Amino acid sequence: MSFWSRISNAVRGERLNSEIEEELQSHIDEAIAAGRDPNEARRAFGSRLHTLEVSHSIRVSEWLESVFADVRFGWRQLWRNKVTTAAAVLSLALGIGSCVAAFRLIDALLWRPLPISGAGRLYVLSRKLIGPEGRPMEDSYWSTPDFKVMRNAVKDRADLVAISDADRTDITWTTDDDMEKAHVVYVSANMFPLFGLEPALGRLLISEDDQGPGSSPYAVISWDYWNHRFGRDPKIIGRPLHIDGRTFEIIGVGPRDFTGTETGTVTDIFLPLSLNSLATQDGVSWQHTFLMLKPGVNPATTLEPLRQHLSAVSHAFEAQCSTCFRGIPQATINRLLNKKLVVNPAGAGISELQKDYRRLLGALGLLVALVLLIACVNVSNMMTAQATARAQEMALRISIGAGRSRLVRLILIQSALLAFLASALGAFFAAWSAPFVLSLVNSPENPARLALPADWRVLLFGFALMILVVLLLGLLPALRASAVRPVAALKGGEDPHSPRRLMRGAIAIQVAFCVLVLFLSSMFVSSFKRLQDRPLGFSINRLLLLETVSGKGQLPIVWNQTAEVLRAAPGVNSVAIAGWPLLGRIQINSDISVVGAPPSPTPAYFRPVSPGFFSIMEIPIVSGRDFLPEDTSPGAAIVNETFVNTYFPNQDPIGRTFERGPNQPVNKIIGVTPDIPDHNLREPLRPLFYVPFNEIDEKSAPKIVDLATFIIHTETPNSLALAGTLRQVIAQRHNGLRVSNITTELDLYRDQTVRERLIAMLAAFFAVVALLLAGIGLYAVLNYSVLQRRREIGIRMAIGSPRINIVRIVTFDVFLMIALGTCAGMVLGFGAARYVASLFYQVKATDAEIIAIPAVAILVTMLVATFPAVLRALQTDPTKILRAE
Amino acid sequence: MAKTDALQGSLDLLVLKILSRRQRLHGYAIMATIADTSGEVLRAEEGSLYPALYRMEEAGWIRAEWVKKDTGRRARVYELTAAGKKQLGAEESRWQSVSLAINRVLREA
Repeated sequence: MSFWSRISNAVRGERLNSEIEEELQSHIDEAIAAGRDPNEARRAFGSRLHTLEVSHSIRVSEWLESVFADVRFGWRQLWRNKVTTAAAVLSLALGIGSCVAAFRLIDALLWRPLPISGAGRLYVLSRKLIGPEGRPMEDSYWSTPDFKVMRNAVKDRADLVAISDADRTDITWTTDDDMEKAHVVYVSANMFPLFGLEPALGRLLISEDDQGPGSSPYAVISWDYWNHRFGRDPKIIGRPLHIDGRTFEIIGVGPRDFTGTETGTVTDIFLPLSLNSLATQDGVSWQHTFLMLKPGVNPATTLEPLRQHLSAVSHAFEAQCSTCFRGIPQATINRLLNKKLVVNPAGAGISELQKDYRRLLGALGLLVALVLLIACVNVSNMMTAQATARAQEMALRISIGAGRSRLVRLILIQSALLAFLASALGAFFAAWSAPFVLSLVNSPENPARLALPADWRVLLFGFALMILVVLLLGLLPALRASAVRPVAALKGGEDPHSPRRLMRGAIAIQVAFCVLVLFLSSMFVSSFKRLQDRPLGFSINRLLLLETVSGKGQLPIVWNQTAEVLRAAPGVNSVAIAGWPLLGRIQINSDISVVGAPPSPTPAYFRPVSPGFFSIMEIPIVSGRDFLPEDTSPGAAIVNETFVNTYFPNQDPIGRTFERGPNQPVNKIIGVTPDIPDHNLREPLRPLFYVPFNEIDEKSAPKIVDLATFIIHTETPNSLALAGTLRQVIAQRHNGLRVSNITTELDLYRDQTVRERLIAMLAAFFAVVALLLAGIGLYAVLNYSVLQRRREIGIRMAIGSPRINIVRIVTFDVFLMIALGTCAGMVLGFGAARYVASLFYQVKATDAEIIAIPAVAILVTMLVATFPAVLRALQTDPTKILRAE
Repeated sequence: MAKTDALQGSLDLLVLKILSRRQRLHGYAIMATIADTSGEVLRAEEGSLYPALYRMEEAGWIRAEWVKKDTGRRARVYELTAAGKKQLGAEESRWQSVSLAINRVLREA
């Protein structure tokens, strides 16, 4: 109680004094009433002030009281310089807010443990091998029979869990008409008990549900899906669900927080692994394999023996697998078998999003940290200037006995006030900006979803950041202030150069950071520009894409008839069919044998297309001809120029033939097209061939097609406007074709550059902020320096120094610092660029423009920032200055 | 043994003892009671009485409260707390042993 009363008394110091005074007065009144002489009664207290002070000091925590006094004083100081304070708080808030937002994203994507029991014991298995292009790659997919062999081999030491990708799948709840998309995951049934998950409703999958094709088809949905799709309807249990022509029964809802193991994607439906038709195939790698150590096992000693055992088991399985390598050359088999099994921690889940955005978020984190540092240097400079302006006051305080620690505390409290205000403001900025940046990741129809809670992790980070900012801001000025020598200061000014030396050092640091930000930003922006300026070689405008499926498959003639109907619809210019669209997610490669030779080591990618595909995509045929309706596959093929250069170097390709593997039917090249980036804008050009959409089997009978995309050239630029009616047109045919996904070629193209656009946009924003802050910082320092040296400048002018000399003494050393900082920033930039090299597209740190842009930007900013100070120096009126002295 | 000097120690003891007999006294009344009951031999100085009261209040031995007097002015009255009662016992036994010791010295020297 007394502790708290002393603290609360410290807050109400004034009131406490008046209370004590009142009590003493009442004592004197009593004494007089009892008949004592008034004067004597008053004298009995001795020095009234002394009694008051002694009494006061007993009743309050003096230390705390002086802190409050400092806070009040610091606040008054900040309030007096409203504009500077506002600028300081705003720039710090932007820096702190951006850092916290970046932390929230990085934490949510890469670090936050999954909401399961034993996330720290969860690992994922993958294999390192040499890819088909001769580059090292990591394969994280496994075949289910292989997984089962491995699971049995280590079951006494660890548990293996199979989880597939969360694929966006067509599902229907009632009739075929209301088809919708959901993220469907196949899991081995041991996942739920191993992760310690409890159902929110019904029950979860158990091992009996996962015994193979004979098991009853049960499904579990996630809490999130139950919530947003069904409004937490308890009647969901027992409802049928149709996927890929199979019917599943919902038996339960998962726990509230668990959204699957694929960070960035929220899983909607969990199905038993063994009910996927791929689960029985030895040679098809399609699932991830997680490893859960038993509780209490030391990973350091267990993992390596486990890894070796798993590696041996898996290698033996694949070597004996008869169906895995059928018809594959021995060299390729050797390459595929020569791989190293690796075990990586997976406590935060695993996803492509993590791989794609790890470096980007790292670069973003670096940029925002640098901006915060620049802002800190600015504010620290401002406080140094203020402290120097108060040097006399400080000296006076010290000489009349104020402790130096009290002075340090005064300045630290002032920077704490600034940091606190900035953090409060920054918290709002972070609350808004983290979800905003997340919404720019991925395409709008399949957005990345991450939980971004403001929990203790975020608060702790924010708090640590605030402490760091306080120290960064306050330490230098505080040390300077406490080093004040009263005698020198009171004599009329200390060494006038010392604070400027400190501030000049700060300028160099600031310029270095700013150049680093500019350097990286210019790399990101030019990467994005180059990617966007990459010549496509095909049209992306006015092209509506209807990705269409047919459950049981339909003959090509049905697809062609449907295309005819679409062509007749109003607003449609022309229609073509492709197996899968350009720049879409699907890519399929094929071996190429030339005249019966064994397949070449380089595979080629192919795409079935209808006649008219090349004209609708505006891809020219450079030699030969387009497909005709009677062309079939196998039979005719159109190839790109890289295909020609790879397989038929220095030959006329028209009329030549190739097979898709040994003992396969022959394809004759009838036309050649230019190279285009058909799957990924960033990838180098690769061999590509097109085959007719009409596929036939060995007996020349047409083969059925269950998946294709109608490419529709619309009259209006907004081709999506036609989507609804055209979808109806297809549905009204009742021929089993259903539109599964609607998009446009333009959207596919934009999706390709989502990441580059995001980082370029953010980097450009922070570059501008950094430049602005550095400019303000330089302006403030120079201005202050001119003010401080006005005596010297006045004297120089009075004795006839030419103006150019004045300009030189004002700016020379600052420009030296700028040059130094620029060089340091460039060197840092080269180092940082290497770390994020994978984010760049055809941009190297040594490119002339990459070096020139930051250098010019910083130079221009610096010239603009120095101009007012130089002008001020030149306008110094010597008579006025010298009179004032 | 005794941490505070005898005078101060005895002032605390006297105040606590008086408050244990009569609750809710203001500062002047405490001073007057000390003078009365000691036959005007002991006198608490105002300059040391109030700091002592505040110190004991912060230590939690006594608790204070403002009351309205008939004159319209406010007075601050004190009363003993449970911790104060305990402290009184300790102070009393300490005083007993000190005075015993002093008496012994006076007798034998």
